[in-house]
Amino acid sequence: MLSDTLISKFDDVIARYPLKRSAIVPLLLFAQDEIGHISDEAIEEIARRVEVLPIEVIEDIGYYSMLHRQPIGKFNLQVCTNVSCQLLGGEEILEHCSKRLGIGHKQTTADGLFSLEEVECLGACCGAPAMQVNYDFYENLTPERVDRLIEDLKARAEK
Amino acid sequence: MSDYQSYMKGSPFEVKVISARFSLPDSTSIDTFLAHEGYQALAKAFQMGPEAVINEMKNSQLRGRGGAGFNTGLKWSFVPKQTDKPKYVVCNADESEPATCKDRPLMEYDPHQLIEGIIIAGYAIGAHQGYIYIRGEYRYLMEVLDRAIAEAYARGYLGKDIQGSGFDFELCTHTGAGAYECGEETALLNSLEGLRGYPRVKPPFPAVVGVYGCPTIVNNVETLCNAPHIVLKGAEWFAGLGTPKNGGTRLFCLSGHINRPGVYELPMGFPLRKMIEEVGGGIPRGKKLKSVIPGGSSCPLLTADEIDVPMDFDSLAKIGSMLGSGGVVMIDEDTCMVKVAQRIMKFYAHESCGWCIPCREGTAWLKRLLDRLHGGAGVTGDPDTALDVSYNILGKTLCPLGDAAAMPTISIVKKFRSEFDEHVRLGGCPYERKSAAVQAAR
Repeated sequence: MLSDTLISKFDDVIARYPLKRSAIVPLLLFAQDEIGHISDEAIEEIARRVEVLPIEVIEDIGYYSMLHRQPIGKFNLQVCTNVSCQLLGGEEILEHCSKRLGIGHKQTTADGLFSLEEVECLGACCGAPAMQVNYDFYENLTPERVDRLIEDLKARAEK
Repeated sequence: MSDYQSYMKGSPFEVKVISARFSLPDSTSIDTFLAHEGYQALAKAFQMGPEAVINEMKNSQLRGRGGAGFNTGLKWSFVPKQTDKPKYVVCNADESEPATCKDRPLMEYDPHQLIEGIIIAGYAIGAHQGYIYIRGEYRYLMEVLDRAIAEAYARGYLGKDIQGSGFDFELCTHTGAGAYECGEETALLNSLEGLRGYPRVKPPFPAVVGVYGCPTIVNNVETLCNAPHIVLKGAEWFAGLGTPKNGGTRLFCLSGHINRPGVYELPMGFPLRKMIEEVGGGIPRGKKLKSVIPGGSSCPLLTADEIDVPMDFDSLAKIGSMLGSGGVVMIDEDTCMVKVAQRIMKFYAHESCGWCIPCREGTAWLKRLLDRLHGGAGVTGDPDTALDVSYNILGKTLCPLGDAAAMPTISIVKKFRSEFDEHVRLGGCPYERKSAAVQAAR
């Protein structure tokens, strides 16, 4: 079941456009924020509200890299390895996360807490190397800072 | 959310126009904005009339800050005056060009400056609706903008009859969800219509047939942030800040091997050498500079011998490169340029939308070739094949992504050819061997 808050947000977003289908991508992202991934139910609901076929919604999901059909970890570590980050050790940060969590690119830990993803430029080039955990930016990373961050996230999950 | 100090280190060489309010306390609030010339340009624009605003923009020599460098006022003037269709202003906040992080502080620290710029653009072309298309990763900035937009509505700077002018304008944010291609204006328009971000055939240009088949201008965040200053202080003043045909200042993002990475507002035409040595404080650990990416990873790279160049659109074009998006990356002598080429191509191969065959197949081919070459399995003809494939992408695609993949590759292979040949000769990366040898000696 999609929450009432989400449904009312849907209505608010759809009203912004002369063409309802313009709302598809924002609605998918907002649904994913609440559910953790994009469920079949969310696809059906969005398709119905913007008056397109479910397959048209699915087409969009396949194109946009932030949208995913399968559940991922509570904390998605998205490590940038693009040029500015690479020059300052972005690949080492990715490898460190991978070893530390025991997972690779687009994998999730068994406890469902962490996912790892190698991503393209996040727009945090002057704070390289950088990553995003869900929507939060963490910049000027070192392996030690990553270790502390992972501990902090674990502690946050236990609360 | 980003650490102000770490991005905005400041430099005595800065000329602060669009970043002038960044350091004010509570800089995002409308009260701060109003106390520092905020929304005064809008009032002046209403007195001037749309035609005069467009002329002022043209004469200011403001050129698109997203990378293409087209005269902004001229772009606005292409929107048809007589039409029954609604018109739209779309702000491109899909900042995704590797090495570019300048729109972030503009939205984070001074959202009302952008909003004012968008309303002025709308007034100039006769649009009554604007969208800010913001990349999905910049969620916290969307929240900053949403709050600022709500404030602007509450104070009568958005909505019906803005400040008694009779002009109506609605504005809202629109989130993307991860796709570099959506930074290309026609792909962005498809994305805004709820479709996959594939590019459209031009012409018709968006100014005539844009979003929903209606006249639309698409402008970068930084471009629009300049509009209020041009209206308020005049085209002549603005043009005088830069070099001929390159008006104003530019937010340059210094990253990579540089002592003081950060975003700096410098006059157009600022010398690159001075930018590296005096603004950025030179290369860390006394290393020598090997190469510079002058304006995001789509630009042909420069060698250390080519840095005596003014950083404006025309001067960089003259030496075969581009000013691009303002992302300046310094690369030191210990860096393997084959690896740089490989990483750049990995990006374009990942982000190619697949619509045009030369780009889809060419980037994947180049990625495989560069992976193989850097990995030690390169053969003698590989560097020439890389050039050949690149030239077969260049100019053969609907949108500039194909060119963006080909241009840096061609420049790296040509300018650093010996490194490619060395990889083939050694059957591996000389830089990785060197660092392995240093590790072993320890």
